Amino acid sequence: MSLFSEGEPIRDTRAPDGSIKGRWDQRRFGGKLVNPANRRKLSVIVVGTGLAGGAAAATLGELGYHVKSFCYQDSPRRAHSIAAQGGINAAKNYRNDGDSIQRLFYDTVKGGDYRSRESNVYRLAQVSVEIIDQCVAQGVPFAREYGGLLDTRSFGGVQVSRTFYARGQTGQQLLLGAYQALERQVAAGTVEMFTRHEMLELIIVDGVARGIIARDMVTGEIETHTADAVVLASGGYGNVFFLSTNAKGCNVTATWRAHRKGALFANPCYTQIHPTCIPQSGEHQSKLTLMSESLRNDGRVWVPVEKGDTRKPADIPEDERDYYLERIYPSFGNLVPRDIASRAAKNVCDEGRGVGPGGLGVYLDFQDAIARLGRDAVAGKYGNLFEMYERITGDDPFEVPMRIYPAVHYTMGGLWVDYDLQSTIPGLFVIGEANFSDHGANRLGASALMQGLADGYFVLPNTISDYLAKGPYEKIDDDHEAVVEARASVTDRIEKLLSIDGDRTPDSFHRELGAVMWEYCGMERTEEGLRKAIDRIRELRAEFWSSVKVPGENEELNQNLEKAGRIADFLELAELMCIDALHREESCGGHFRAESQTPDGEALRDDENFAYAAAWEYTGEAPVLHKENLEYEYVKMTQRSYK
Amino acid sequence: MKLTLKIWRQRNAADKGRMASYELDDVSPDMSFLEMLDVLNERLIIEGDDPVAFDHDCREGICGMCSLVIDGTAHGPQRATTTCQLHMRHFKDGDVITIEPWRASAFPVIKDLVVDRSAFDRIIQAGGYVSAPTGSAPEAASIPIPQADAHDAFDAATCIGCGACVAACPNASAMLFTAAKITHLGLMPQGQPERYGRVTAMVDQMDAEGFGGCTNTGECTSVCPKGIPLETISRLNADLLKATAKG
Amino acid sequence: MSWTYQKIGHMFRNVSSVSRSTPVAAPRRPQAPSTAALPRRLYRSSVGKKAVMAVTGGILVLFLVGHMLGNLKVFLGRADFDHYAHWLRTIGEPALPHRVFLTIMEAVLTVAVILHMWSAVSLARRARQARPVRYAVRPKAQEHRYATHVMRYGGIIILLFVIWHLLDLTFGVVNPKSGGAEPYDKVVADFDPSRWYITVFYVIAVVMVGLHLKHGLWSAFQTLGWGRQRRYRGLHLFADVVAALLVIGFVAVPVMVTIGVVK
Repeated sequence: MSLFSEGEPIRDTRAPDGSIKGRWDQRRFGGKLVNPANRRKLSVIVVGTGLAGGAAAATLGELGYHVKSFCYQDSPRRAHSIAAQGGINAAKNYRNDGDSIQRLFYDTVKGGDYRSRESNVYRLAQVSVEIIDQCVAQGVPFAREYGGLLDTRSFGGVQVSRTFYARGQTGQQLLLGAYQALERQVAAGTVEMFTRHEMLELIIVDGVARGIIARDMVTGEIETHTADAVVLASGGYGNVFFLSTNAKGCNVTATWRAHRKGALFANPCYTQIHPTCIPQSGEHQSKLTLMSESLRNDGRVWVPVEKGDTRKPADIPEDERDYYLERIYPSFGNLVPRDIASRAAKNVCDEGRGVGPGGLGVYLDFQDAIARLGRDAVAGKYGNLFEMYERITGDDPFEVPMRIYPAVHYTMGGLWVDYDLQSTIPGLFVIGEANFSDHGANRLGASALMQGLADGYFVLPNTISDYLAKGPYEKIDDDHEAVVEARASVTDRIEKLLSIDGDRTPDSFHRELGAVMWEYCGMERTEEGLRKAIDRIRELRAEFWSSVKVPGENEELNQNLEKAGRIADFLELAELMCIDALHREESCGGHFRAESQTPDGEALRDDENFAYAAAWEYTGEAPVLHKENLEYEYVKMTQRSYK
Repeated sequence: MKLTLKIWRQRNAADKGRMASYELDDVSPDMSFLEMLDVLNERLIIEGDDPVAFDHDCREGICGMCSLVIDGTAHGPQRATTTCQLHMRHFKDGDVITIEPWRASAFPVIKDLVVDRSAFDRIIQAGGYVSAPTGSAPEAASIPIPQADAHDAFDAATCIGCGACVAACPNASAMLFTAAKITHLGLMPQGQPERYGRVTAMVDQMDAEGFGGCTNTGECTSVCPKGIPLETISRLNADLLKATAKG
Repeated sequence: MSWTYQKIGHMFRNVSSVSRSTPVAAPRRPQAPSTAALPRRLYRSSVGKKAVMAVTGGILVLFLVGHMLGNLKVFLGRADFDHYAHWLRTIGEPALPHRVFLTIMEAVLTVAVILHMWSAVSLARRARQARPVRYAVRPKAQEHRYATHVMRYGGIIILLFVIWHLLDLTFGVVNPKSGGAEPYDKVVADFDPSRWYITVFYVIAVVMVGLHLKHGLWSAFQTLGWGRQRRYRGLHLFADVVAALLVIGFVAVPVMVTIGVVK
């Protein structure tokens, strides 16, 4: 049986025609509006309270809709957007350095390796300017110049300084801004907040999204929440790899449940792997921590020339070190883009030259920088990062080279949405990292925060009114057939999980799944490996459903029950990721197929055959592929080169 | 390393709770404290015992979810470090480690080491924001802010809302948390119009939640993983007294 | 792995009383400015109560400074000391009637002491309610300031001392001399070498007062909104110096009497 079949192509019908510059204006003008007096009669469920979900819930509340906001954490302020370090891009051109909306648009499309939708990306660049205004008005403490004006820096290899930042905690400060706006609406009574609640199913009535089934994680109560529209802002699925820079709770359940109910899932194989993370220290490792990319500005990456060299780094003489990035990429050296640096590290470790426990690490050495700039200057630039590194590893980077290794960081894929950010299920909107819309096959640094807030503050609140204007929809009772069915599927699943009483913990499955995904669907993918992975994932899934042991009961705080449910969904998503990676026989952005590379080992795109977004339909059997053809009217496709 | 863990176990809010003792003999010094608890939990599950519930999420010291009192100190022995960033190399073979939840009536225990910190959200709801509805913002560059003010505001804004300040305070006071937000917004021009209403409403809510009063012991700032300075509390005091005088 | 149940007595308090059956209501938008009178507005919040403590504490510290300076007149001899004591009753004469100033001062001090204690008790009760279940491991004081942690018990000791002190040297109830005796005589009789234990008691009490002020003075600045990172060293130094001078000044008199320098 083949792994998938191909269905009808899919197309975005919401973006207006005409010049790309005027499309967003046109769309806002063309959409229906809701009379302010009627808005409180319309309800919207927002799942997730990160930058996208928090901003959307707050803004919809301000507009006067009745919003129900859900998060699995104990407070909306803890969503994982909070961990973003670098900054947020905006085409303000405050530096007068040639930036513009057009350039941000161009950089984003190119950075995405020509696998994103032009209309959406152009709108993102347009809206970026308003985001900064909004955040400043909320009191977000962005970095300032001496004169009191906003500071910016260049980030991620672009040539303009368009990244606004708040020390190394930009995500935190932006999220707190959205969180405070959200809490203001909670106090105003427009937003009802449900913390420690996890969405476990989508309610669909007559083909339209009408609500969710959520579990109160404290009491175990299975709750039905209905509304006129549902917004998923539940983040990415990087935790399918078990080890990633995501928070432990990040999961795919909300989007996967929607996918199973008919929402197409696009480009699941596009994952971004960040080269500078602190490597695993042992079997017990539970997550990976990102170290700022800026470290590569002064650190030199190397491994021993000899395999299995266990000498201390200081004992390895200069001529027995391989500064492989400088060797392979003489012009960019240690500053090659994320995907290239990551893959090169993997290659040297695969050769058996990796350092540290398990041979999964490469040195990032500051000895030259210390000799050249002096210890104080290095401390001034990287002091807090060195401290963070020492806190985790116990090693002082002034004395011993850092060890770094790539880790899964962001997932570009997600539920397929149109220009309105509406999925293929009417009434189901998807925003932020949960959708697939703006980053193509690779996301640029400092663009995740931009997209989350663009979707949440500006795009969704405008596009959703066109949908809501057709409401209010008929009230759904708890005994409606669709509700009963959705509830039953949730309770059946929970009962099943609790009743298996096998001999393996949920985490043991997650670890094993992660290892398979990292090995075969990680930095480098091959047909053979992906086929192997699909087989293994299927076995693992069967094993999970026969031998997982979930302790405790539903009617209590049960963290292992939560985990088990999420892992069950990861076990299904993982297969789709591998199928997507297998079918895309080209390399692009975060997806590197060993079979598709240039003679000197670089990613080779196949625009002829793969210039489309792959949107997958769930069938329960082999998924059905719907292609959205990507047309580039404004940006010309070219091959990237960093040699 | 071999360790003895004494952990507070409490099935739910209604349960009385008790200390339970566990032996763990394969602890690596490279583990984080929470990874050490993960190892314990994996064993408890296989042995048919109830694993220990504890809050955690980002495990990189920024979300503020982790919350353990370790040997009497909120977030454990290493300064300016959240529990999730604390590593076992700070303990020795044979140590007996006592782990308890945040203790405050405003933070009722939900289960084991998990407490309900929604009181913090309600303090923010009372006024911990600038009323700036989406779309109403003026051009960002039209609000210059002296760098020093931006710097001090930032120091206060780094609060992660973990609640260690409450846990460590002999009075279980939430002043440092509240003061951090008052200071962050009070130092910025955007925060001025609501400044005095904000401080009164937030302090009222803080008191209504049942937190203790501040007696300037400084315990809060010394356990704060983000080092929120004590002067934020004095700034809150100044604002509150001005607000009170204004009526 | 074993479940060994440790019976730690105080942990068996009724934990369910900690969990709220009805959660605190979410706040609404900040209300319009309160129209209540200032004292009411002030006393409503925990911060206001601390401000009351700071101001009343400040009044008491000023009194202590004056009191100490007066005491030191003992070293100028019997005549000076008794004259000073008498003068206290005649301040403001003839504009004010006899002893009116002193009475006003006594009233102010009494009100200050009552407000100070009332606030302290109210905050202590609030603190007790705020942590109904204590830690099994006594929290390590991260801030190693002994003075900070003895404010409440220290305050009670000071109160008991003040009561003794008034009965002793003001009313003469527990003094070897009668209430009507000259002040100088009362002091000398009180701290006679044979009554060395009274002197010891006074010294301990005065040291308690010093510790109370060491934290209290600094704390008052912090409470009244003047505490800033850059001023903390100075404020701590100021509080320590004032506390030290007061201790030395107050201890000097009984000690010198007991060792026979003042007769």
